[in-house]
Amino acid sequence: MTISHHVSDALLLDYASGTLEESWSIAVATHLALCPPCRQRLSAMEDIGGAFIDRLDPEAGSESEDASWLAVRSAVLSAPEAPATTPKSPARDDSAATVPEPLRSYLGVDYDKLKWRPLGLGAYHYPIPTGDKSISTRLLRIPAGKPVPEHGHGGRELTLVLRGSFRDGDDLFGAGDLEEADEHLEHQPIATEEEDCICLAVTDSPLKFRSRIVSLLQPLLGI
Amino acid sequence: MGVDIAIAYVDHKSVPSKPGARTRTMTSEPPTNRAQGPDLDLETALAAVATKRDVAAFEKVFRFYGPRVRAFMMKRAADHAEAEELMQETMTKVWKQAALFDPEKGTASGWIFTIARNVRIDAVRKTRRPEYDPNDPALSPAPEIAADDALELNQNAERLNAAMTKLPPEQLELLQLSFFEDIPHGQIAERLSLPLGTVKSRIRLAFAKLRDTLGDEQ
Repeated sequence: MTISHHVSDALLLDYASGTLEESWSIAVATHLALCPPCRQRLSAMEDIGGAFIDRLDPEAGSESEDASWLAVRSAVLSAPEAPATTPKSPARDDSAATVPEPLRSYLGVDYDKLKWRPLGLGAYHYPIPTGDKSISTRLLRIPAGKPVPEHGHGGRELTLVLRGSFRDGDDLFGAGDLEEADEHLEHQPIATEEEDCICLAVTDSPLKFRSRIVSLLQPLLGI
Repeated sequence: MGVDIAIAYVDHKSVPSKPGARTRTMTSEPPTNRAQGPDLDLETALAAVATKRDVAAFEKVFRFYGPRVRAFMMKRAADHAEAEELMQETMTKVWKQAALFDPEKGTASGWIFTIARNVRIDAVRKTRRPEYDPNDPALSPAPEIAADDALELNQNAERLNAAMTKLPPEQLELLQLSFFEDIPHGQIAERLSLPLGTVKSRIRLAFAKLRDTLGDEQ
């Protein structure tokens, strides 16, 4: 997989520092799963976070340092020794093995087994519940050769291609590519002709209004 | 955004090396302020914690990082007691997960930062943090790091500290706010009364400079 559109420094910094909301983080972290160079960039940013920790003044409370140490010492010595493992264990439906984490945990099954909901114009979506009420997180399935419907503008929008590809102007976005759009970017992604395009779309711009227009236009367009 | 990466991932091996930047031979080491960063012994101590469950080595790690992690937690915690609790939780995880620290992937401080950060997200923000799983079969694997390149990574903490001291103050301040204040760059822009575009370009410039130092990781 050759990835040509990566997560920006500003967005990755918010992820590295831990300030990025859950919804955006799903898109960023799933891009990271597919993109070794961006994992390296994340690691470099975390090292910078570490360097800031080094620079902190250890200052106040040194009188209680020994008490702190004794507390932690007794905690670690009394803790049962479990072999250190990575926090997550991928013991899930095998059919989902093609979906990278962390997205897989949110879906549970492979793209083909999801209960897709029709959006009109042959497109489908699958809303993903998250803890962020004001951010829309969902998968979109766009028929080959068709534009992305219900396309909100006015806020931030992250689109991660998972299968197939889309064109936006002269740019081609393939599997693993992340498109980062803000209110200043006028764009209209169109799925390429070869196959349906599945992408993860996260946005804080209102979508419902556009959706209604699409459904109103539907009979006129005769689709 | 495609532009960022072009700067980041030029193949340094095909570019004539900058004087002193890439050469592994004994160029005179720049004078580093040891008080500024941890010495390499802490990485050795962390390795001893991982492999031998060495409590004396862990105390060394604790004495350096414990107070700093507490100071980090103080930036967001309600009070000193909460910061102390979050520090102890972090350092206990450092002990438990020491085997996961991989010096080829980053510095000891960077690794401890990620643990402290995640403890803070759990406790203060109470939100879920989606992360990729390094053992995920669907993960695109990274190319292997050549053994001699891995050796170089040991100097990264020093080089990083040296590079950071050379950043213009406004860029350093912005990075520091990002890591400590627990607010996204959009809100940092508001806090500093700066246009969002200015904040983003400072972030970009800062990383472009630091990558000249860290680019050797690639």
